[in-house]
Amino acid sequence: MTAKQNLFNKVWDLHNVGTLPTGQTQLFIGLHLIHEVTSPQAFEMLRDRGLKVLHPERTLATVDHIVPTDNQARPFQDLLAEQMMSQIEKNCREFGVTLLDISDNRQGIVHIVGPEQGLTQPGLTIVCGDSHTSTHGAFGAIAFGIGTSQVAGVLATQTLALSKPKVRRIEVNGDLAPGVYAKDVALYIIQKLGVKGGIGYAYEYAGDVFDRMTMEERMTVCNMSIEGGARCGYVNPDQTTIDYLRDRPQSPTGKAFEKASEWWLSLASGPDAEFDDVVVLDAADIEPTVTWGITPGQSIGITDKVPHPEDFPESDRPGIREAYEYMGLEAGQSLQGVKVDVTFIGSCTNGRISDLREAARLVQGHHVAPGVKALVVPGSQQVLKQAVEEGLDEIFREAGFEWRAAGCSMCLAMNPDKLKGREVCASSSNRNFKGRQGSPTGRTLLMSPAMVAAAAIKGYITDVRELEAPVGV
Amino acid sequence: MNEIKQVKGTGVPLLLDDIDTDRIIPARFLRCVTFDGLGEHAFEDDREQDPKHPFNNPKYQSGSVLVAGRNFGCGSSREHAPQSLMRWGINAIIAQSFAEIFFGNCTALGVPTVTASAEATEKLCKMIEADPQLEIEVDLEKMQVTAGDFSCPVETVASSRDALLSGQWDFLSLLLENKPAIQKTADSLPYMKQFA
Repeated sequence: MTAKQNLFNKVWDLHNVGTLPTGQTQLFIGLHLIHEVTSPQAFEMLRDRGLKVLHPERTLATVDHIVPTDNQARPFQDLLAEQMMSQIEKNCREFGVTLLDISDNRQGIVHIVGPEQGLTQPGLTIVCGDSHTSTHGAFGAIAFGIGTSQVAGVLATQTLALSKPKVRRIEVNGDLAPGVYAKDVALYIIQKLGVKGGIGYAYEYAGDVFDRMTMEERMTVCNMSIEGGARCGYVNPDQTTIDYLRDRPQSPTGKAFEKASEWWLSLASGPDAEFDDVVVLDAADIEPTVTWGITPGQSIGITDKVPHPEDFPESDRPGIREAYEYMGLEAGQSLQGVKVDVTFIGSCTNGRISDLREAARLVQGHHVAPGVKALVVPGSQQVLKQAVEEGLDEIFREAGFEWRAAGCSMCLAMNPDKLKGREVCASSSNRNFKGRQGSPTGRTLLMSPAMVAAAAIKGYITDVRELEAPVGV
Repeated sequence: MNEIKQVKGTGVPLLLDDIDTDRIIPARFLRCVTFDGLGEHAFEDDREQDPKHPFNNPKYQSGSVLVAGRNFGCGSSREHAPQSLMRWGINAIIAQSFAEIFFGNCTALGVPTVTASAEATEKLCKMIEADPQLEIEVDLEKMQVTAGDFSCPVETVASSRDALLSGQWDFLSLLLENKPAIQKTADSLPYMKQFA
């Protein structure tokens, strides 16, 4: 490790097994997370070749995508979901992998479970058959999503064939204004650098804003790296990281923890570290941010107007027009006042306890607007338990929200929580793709959980800062 | 695994940017434990809403070379997306650019993915629209696409090209060859010994 190396390159080198005949690096994987959707075919590939899981102790399975968040009685009403559930149970049993199923109080969305159990640690390489694996980069790990054939490769060899990406440092300096959250930072970065901007790069997030963020906030931003085209994004480990990891169920203990902390901190990019690119952004420019289109890069600050096609390069305009048509929005209009049918607080982006606390604080004393279906879905059973201990579930219920069990829920339409028809959803999730939330014509506006809470109360998109303004002032 | 040097076939023009994998294969079809049957659902919701979608057009039903815009295959890592395209009958994709996870998944399935300029992809799409029976050849040795009297240079990731040309795109076999080196790396990492 040299002073000029950034964290990404240090961790990459430590995990470099060798160069394959194809020129790619064979990279050792420190933690392999699996879930029910992208693993069954991988286990089948192992069976076909008579292979075993090389490091079951470095592999953890949970169930999240297909899990119903209301009636969880087995067998599930959706027989396809039940079949997938039985399959992962069978596979984990047969191959000796620990499975956190819905009867286990550690179950939840895979990207929430890893960190809260203390499995996600700095300096690891972490993969999962899921593009939001970038979440784990918040700890200073190299973490990214892989396909199912690669899942099979990692199960069998604990390694992956990969070409080394370039590293871009994104600094956000200064102070975030009140009402501006980690989600707004993520959406703003993607708006500025584009959904293709990160292709070929790993993102290092740095600067005042990231230095001050909690681990949960860092996870929110790293989670959405992939939406900007970057397969992986990370924050350098610091005292905040170490404080978070202390006393987690799977963290090292005693002297081993002190030794680990020392190693973790040694991996951080130092002041002399070099990067392939550096982008510097000003926190003061970031407003509560909302998407108006069908890619996560199509967003504006809440006081801005939906842009005109002419504001974009010629080559972007067909996509911009497609987005207006699909969303039923017009150039020049404000997003404030856009009516919502459904609001969703949850997902691997914003389904953590701090997200629920902030949303609960905002909705206390208010009520969901008539005709709005408002869902709050904790990201894991541990988040749910903590929220109940703090009485957050009662606050949400009293305000007219539906309080659900842990899972991916309405982020991605693989379980019963779906939009219907052309419903408009204010969502704290990560993707506003066409049809993403389960109706082929459903419309998604991405925003922070606080902004979702405000939309639920008002029945339309509103500036959360106004919800908080004292009455009569 | 077989060596993949040239892929020939008629084309399917789909020159839009940011086609995500949710559009290629909507999530409800991921409720499965095998990849069988995914082919018929490729672009199902887009096809449903747009009768003119190229995958609906009878002229392109036998097309096997897809021509796409920028950032093709962005979003979810689901291998179901290239699986569904492959099972639909797509054997190669020429795009202006690809999302990385999708690109890697295609290579692992033996589906060449090459990039060409905006001008070249636009020209190819026009030629396909004018003559859906036009044969398009993606040549990984020459790194060139040819259609009738038109040809253009294409690019791809060197390791993907090498893997396809040498028939080593089944990475699992390659990875399995290095067990001792894997063990050595594992032994060198402090967390593998619980920082003892």
